[in-house]
Amino acid sequence: MVRLITHNLLACHVKNCNANNFPLEFQNVQLEIREAEFNPEFVKGFLPKIEWKALVDTARQLGDTSLPNEQPEMLDDDFLKNLHHVLLEIHVEEGSMVCPNCKHEYPISSGIPNMLLAEHEIA
Amino acid sequence: MSRPELQAPPEIWYGDIEAKKYTANTRNQQIQADMTYRALELLNLPPDEPAFLLDIGCGSGLSGEILDAEGYIWTGVDVAPSMLEVALEREVEGDLFLQDIGQGFGFRPGSFDGAISISVLQWLLNAETSHPTSSPPHRLTRFFTTLHSALKNPSRAVFQFYPTSDDQIQLITSIAQKAGFGGGIVVDYPNSKKARKVFLCLYVGQQKSQQVPQGLDGDEEQDAKVRFERRRQSEKVRSKSKRKAVKGRDWILKKKELYRKRGKEQVPRDSKYTGRKRKATF
Repeated sequence: MVRLITHNLLACHVKNCNANNFPLEFQNVQLEIREAEFNPEFVKGFLPKIEWKALVDTARQLGDTSLPNEQPEMLDDDFLKNLHHVLLEIHVEEGSMVCPNCKHEYPISSGIPNMLLAEHEIA
Repeated sequence: MSRPELQAPPEIWYGDIEAKKYTANTRNQQIQADMTYRALELLNLPPDEPAFLLDIGCGSGLSGEILDAEGYIWTGVDVAPSMLEVALEREVEGDLFLQDIGQGFGFRPGSFDGAISISVLQWLLNAETSHPTSSPPHRLTRFFTTLHSALKNPSRAVFQFYPTSDDQIQLITSIAQKAGFGGGIVVDYPNSKKARKVFLCLYVGQQKSQQVPQGLDGDEEQDAKVRFERRRQSEKVRSKSKRKAVKGRDWILKKKELYRKRGKEQVPRDSKYTGRKRKATF
């Protein structure tokens, strides 16, 4: 149940891994599409928090090319619907997330990512 | 009963069996629901605005279900895999993470509009190993600093927890203050042994009113719950005692008939006294 909405907020939290630790890279993923209720207010409110480039790149990597390269100025309904689909309906069920900086691997099993760290990795 | 956090670390205490038991218990469900509603009330989110919340120690999703019902989008973290498994079975809407909150979060700054946490903080107060990163102050510091940055400005975080002593409250609030939070402790029903609940109400940034909300006072509510009735219990006992005797008159007559058929001698005659109870004065 890792959706892109949370993936877009998630950086690596290993000790001394402070730069270039976002976004985590998906590997060997299995996807599942699950419909969610469309709430345009929420999607609009969430827009300022999104790192746009990371979201578009990740969505493309997962095979969804519905989002434009640049965040558009005008918010029409189609765009919000696409964004809603990318943020809330694509679930990553299996696979792993890898930190681009320290290469720490966070395995995902049955939709739950394991964010536990070993003792030497705790800041 | 001694407190669970003194017996084992959470990921072990909440194993498969305990996780199922905890979630199936209707009393637990009721208490968790009440506290979640109260925490949301203390969170004081702007009405009619969909918010993105963090549920710290979401467990099997008892609190998450209420967040779903109230229309919030949420993300939950918990350290016990068995609890998360139950949450998956119950099909809660939020994203779940297996994470030790004492190790800190990796969320980007300003990610969440608020955070709630029901019956969790007390689990951070025990050291599991002698490693320096395992000491309660270190874990609390890491937890509060990473949480503070993950919340947007301004926002609130509300924690319900079960402290054993004032020292613990002191430790937690002082570390939260060092991490940059404002706010303080709210105690509901301070004079009741059963209904007393401690909430830690933390603020990020400037709030409209810096005052910590008042705790609820007076008698606890009675109306919402059905009260225990002894009458029902005694009814159950009575209906049990009315059970028919296995070796009643019919049974005796049948047996005698059988013996006669087999040709057994000296089978007593049937009479009005057959199978009758003796007087109590015997």
